[in-house]
Amino acid sequence: MIDPFLIKAALAGLLVAWVAAPLGCLVVWRRMAYFGDATGHAALLGVALALSLSLPPILGVVVVAAAMALSVAFATRGGFAADTMLGVFSHAALAIGLVAAALLPGVRLNLINTLLGDILTVSTNEIIMIAIGGSAILAVLAFAWRGLLNATLSPELMAAEGGSLLRDKLIFTLSLALFVALSMKLVGILLITALLILPAAAAAPLARSPERMVALTALVGSLSVLGGMWISWEADTPAGPSIIVVSAALFALTNLGPSGRA
Amino acid sequence: MPETPLIKAHGLTVTRGKRVLLDAVDFEIWSGEALTLIGPNGAGKTTLIRALIGMLPHSGTLTRRHGLRLGYTPQKLPLEQLIPMPVDRFLSLSGERSREKRREMLARCDAAPLQDTQMAALSGGETQRVLMARALMRQPDLLILDEPTQGLDSPGEARFYQLLAEIRAETGVAVFMVSHDIHMVMAQSDRVICLNRHICCSGTPGVVSQDPHYLELFGPRAGIAPYQHHHHEHCNHD
Repeated sequence: MIDPFLIKAALAGLLVAWVAAPLGCLVVWRRMAYFGDATGHAALLGVALALSLSLPPILGVVVVAAAMALSVAFATRGGFAADTMLGVFSHAALAIGLVAAALLPGVRLNLINTLLGDILTVSTNEIIMIAIGGSAILAVLAFAWRGLLNATLSPELMAAEGGSLLRDKLIFTLSLALFVALSMKLVGILLITALLILPAAAAAPLARSPERMVALTALVGSLSVLGGMWISWEADTPAGPSIIVVSAALFALTNLGPSGRA
Repeated sequence: MPETPLIKAHGLTVTRGKRVLLDAVDFEIWSGEALTLIGPNGAGKTTLIRALIGMLPHSGTLTRRHGLRLGYTPQKLPLEQLIPMPVDRFLSLSGERSREKRREMLARCDAAPLQDTQMAALSGGETQRVLMARALMRQPDLLILDEPTQGLDSPGEARFYQLLAEIRAETGVAVFMVSHDIHMVMAQSDRVICLNRHICCSGTPGVVSQDPHYLELFGPRAGIAPYQHHHHEHCNHD
């Protein structure tokens, strides 16, 4: 008999992995790994602010992550390279979050769990929240999928065909912010970007179309979640990092193997 | 009844910070014509195209004829693309649901065998033909082509212009094209606009090639002499 809390953790992990699949593919296709980092790192400040205001942490995370994602997406670069700007945003957000967690009154935060995740303590309510939020993200992405692909391929082409780049940006950034809030519990804010890009990068060499890449990414993500939890259970390692280790191993397998990219 | 232009720009001005990228540009694109935009590097050609497709904030007016259907080919797709994308799926992203229709359009653009090839595996010339097929999917009134022959070798270039001439003859679509290829421009365009932040001269190829501003920009042997930058405060807008 498997412990119910393990089943809960696996269910939550699988839900997050499935939502991560289309988002992670978009992040990889658009070369926006740093953008994911910035959004993820903003989550810590969101948790700290929410706790100090006695609000649900997830609310703080959604608001602060969305604010971060939107300001990065719409900020003008002011003469810096894009990666410099994103690095500034990303690391500033993390540092401010850590300082705020120490300074703000009434904040008692388990820093290690926030940074590295704590999936084995997921509650039924949290699973329901992940299921509802995840379904909302998947529904919006499915509805806007053609536009998202067009904007990924060529913003100019999309604009010429009458698509809205603003709508595309809003959908992408807000979905990512909500995803950060839902996935924090699984891998923690330090590894959220890893959860997005590693399964997608592992699936890429095997995929011949965007939709098949999303499906393969979901598969790699699921294997990573289950494999990582098994390792965590057997070897008493932290679950979040163990999940990413399995993802990294799968990435090595598909990319460095004889059929992988040269 | 007087004809309405497909697109009419009046006083079109685009600035970035304090830099004026386009300065009070006036022109019309008329139904069925082949209008070519030439100008030195940094003249604002790409800026003008981006304004036309609605990507750039601008002052002045830019009026599209009601219901205008636009086909556009970008200079190139930002490949090396990381997204796996077979040609047929790329074409379906225009909204065309029928694989058969997509195949017909590819055939029209001499690209039928490419339907199941990955976009990233296409050569420059193949990419241009696929982009053209996608632009034509929408049965456009106007094709906007941004340096379509850049990166093509001479045979590829000749083949592309041949295809464009065939498509124009068949559909009567108007073409607004950015080009560096002065000789092809002069042979294939109804009208030419010479841009250097403002419109320096415009008219039929014969008229433009004799215009002093054109000769100053491109040299007496058009395209061979190096361009030297001068400011034409007095430049006549015709």
